[in-house]
Amino acid sequence: MKTVRIADDALAIACGADAVAAAFARAGCTVERVSSWGMHWLEPLVEIDGIGWGPVRVEDVETILSGLASGSAREAGAGGERAPRFPSPGEVGQDLCIGRIADHPFLARQQRLTFARAGRTRPLSLADYAATGGWAGLRRALSLTPEQVVAELVRSGLRGRGGAGFPAGIKWQTVAAAPGTRKYVVCNADEGDSGTFADRMVMEGDPFALIEGMAIAAHAVGADRGYIYVRSEYPHAIARLEAALPLAAAIVAPFAIELRVGAGAYICGEETSLLNSLEGRRGEVRAKPPLPAVSGLFGCPTVVNNVLTLAAAAHILAEGGAALYQSLGTGRSRGTAPIQLAGNVRRGGLVEVPFGATLDELVHDIGGGTASGRPVKAVQVGGPLGAYIPPGRFDLPFDYEAYAAADALIGHGGVVVFDEGADMRALARFAMRFCAEESCGKCTPCRIGAVRGAELLDRIAAGGRGADPVEALPQMHNAPGAGRSRAEEVALLEDLCETMRFGSLCALGGFTHYPVLSALAHWPEDFA
Amino acid sequence: MSGSGDRAGRLARIVAAHSHREGPLLPILHDVQAEFGCIDAEAEALIAEALNLSRAEVHGVVSFYHDFRSSADPRPEVQLCRAEACQARGVEALVPAAEAAAGQRVRLTTVHCLGLCGAGPNARVGDALFARLDAAALVRLIEAAA
Repeated sequence: MKTVRIADDALAIACGADAVAAAFARAGCTVERVSSWGMHWLEPLVEIDGIGWGPVRVEDVETILSGLASGSAREAGAGGERAPRFPSPGEVGQDLCIGRIADHPFLARQQRLTFARAGRTRPLSLADYAATGGWAGLRRALSLTPEQVVAELVRSGLRGRGGAGFPAGIKWQTVAAAPGTRKYVVCNADEGDSGTFADRMVMEGDPFALIEGMAIAAHAVGADRGYIYVRSEYPHAIARLEAALPLAAAIVAPFAIELRVGAGAYICGEETSLLNSLEGRRGEVRAKPPLPAVSGLFGCPTVVNNVLTLAAAAHILAEGGAALYQSLGTGRSRGTAPIQLAGNVRRGGLVEVPFGATLDELVHDIGGGTASGRPVKAVQVGGPLGAYIPPGRFDLPFDYEAYAAADALIGHGGVVVFDEGADMRALARFAMRFCAEESCGKCTPCRIGAVRGAELLDRIAAGGRGADPVEALPQMHNAPGAGRSRAEEVALLEDLCETMRFGSLCALGGFTHYPVLSALAHWPEDFA
Repeated sequence: MSGSGDRAGRLARIVAAHSHREGPLLPILHDVQAEFGCIDAEAEALIAEALNLSRAEVHGVVSFYHDFRSSADPRPEVQLCRAEACQARGVEALVPAAEAAAGQRVRLTTVHCLGLCGAGPNARVGDALFARLDAAALVRLIEAAA
């Protein structure tokens, strides 16, 4: 009987994978639930003997199986790339065949290290994990001294994938060197940025890789407890980790990992806010210094790393992993970037490529342009705090320093595509409103500035404002009596953005100027 | 009242179940909310007492996080993602129909990102996620929410 492989990732399930899996089971097939390949426009993607069909509906199941029986699917399967499909009645399953999945152009352009197992293994199978090189990094790390492990990580060039891009090896070194008998490894899995889902895919699809990375970090810095802080918006990832942690507990012992669930606060993705939340406090940002590496969770030296950073540590510590990682990438951005193509893009999903890929390659060659078929107007890279980049700048290579030089940021690697229907003033206003809603309230530029920023954008849309009653009072000698023109409101917005940028405690208030000012700079016509 | 006595007992059991943890407040609040539908003033006081915190400290935490509620709402909840990636895929155009379908019967709330960003617009009901919604599918989802 045929073995049918279908993802049990949250996105596949949200697109109907469970019903499709049940239909194959009813037809007598053996159904294996695996991780997702990250080809999200094709989910639910069905794999039979390496050949893929997607997106499959329950009513396509019979057609696929009868096509297989008659032998025509393999010929149909040789075709390769097919247009993505928004389900419409009357289509038959054979049209859904994409050929050999591993040869699909979307995947063929990628170099998957962190996502090497995506689509290939059952997430909770220790046998699958071990058979695909699992635990090799931890085994090797345990045969090395902590200093050697840190040195390997430094040599690999791995930088924190949460957004800041701080060299991971240096952070580990700081924690290892910090005085203290109690140290922690904390995994930041509060993946709140819109347009990002790579952490979710690791947690749901390859949870043991994250656990292995945490255990390596624990060995390197001398920690015996670890926490994974997952956002509450990820119910599938939470359930998967709850199942995976006991399975791996004996392998990583005496290191012990506990799962903690967030409570809907975006700011808890900021590391010091996350630590406060773990301690059972309001998720308010802490002033730095002291760095969490010196005084973190409960005042103890703490490694706080993103899911992708820790999962990368697992393959980097395997034999030859650091050298391979270091050999990839560009400039000071070494290794691979798990990039997430999202929004109005024809082929959305997970794209892991060496650093250096341009937005042209990502959005057009790999992503296939917009899903709507209309021209691309903008992409936002790096989540809600990332800059909007116009097509004229799509030659920008994916590289921390290149983005910084272009007044943009890579962040967590989310690329959200917008077609020409996007209203950039509305998006700038959304950025300010988002900051206002998610501000922890600790520092004034963020808490008040974001509210004022949204008001300013409304007044800019209204063409400025008239004099208010107080300004009109005769004793207000220094107030401009005539209200404010649009140009003056724009100048005020730029001034406010500068205050938020340099005066905020953390990246929420500190980076909100990126989406706002980039929208204003590149699409001034939307603000008129 | 036997009712409130029973409530105190259930609360005490939740607190005890987490007492071995470091920083147990958030796990306790999650469980209390799951059990009672909210974390009201009485629950705050009992939790504060058990953890040797002031009620203000517990209230500060409850009021900080979007997920925690101070009063129960028996209506079914449908969370609709209205973050950038779903905006790029047209979620705002679905909002009027969704609000009309929700009316007073369903609590339609905004969530910022469910992590299904290549397949929006997306929604969540309980622990179930839904992707590639159009107006008709979203309205059906809201009408079926119970």
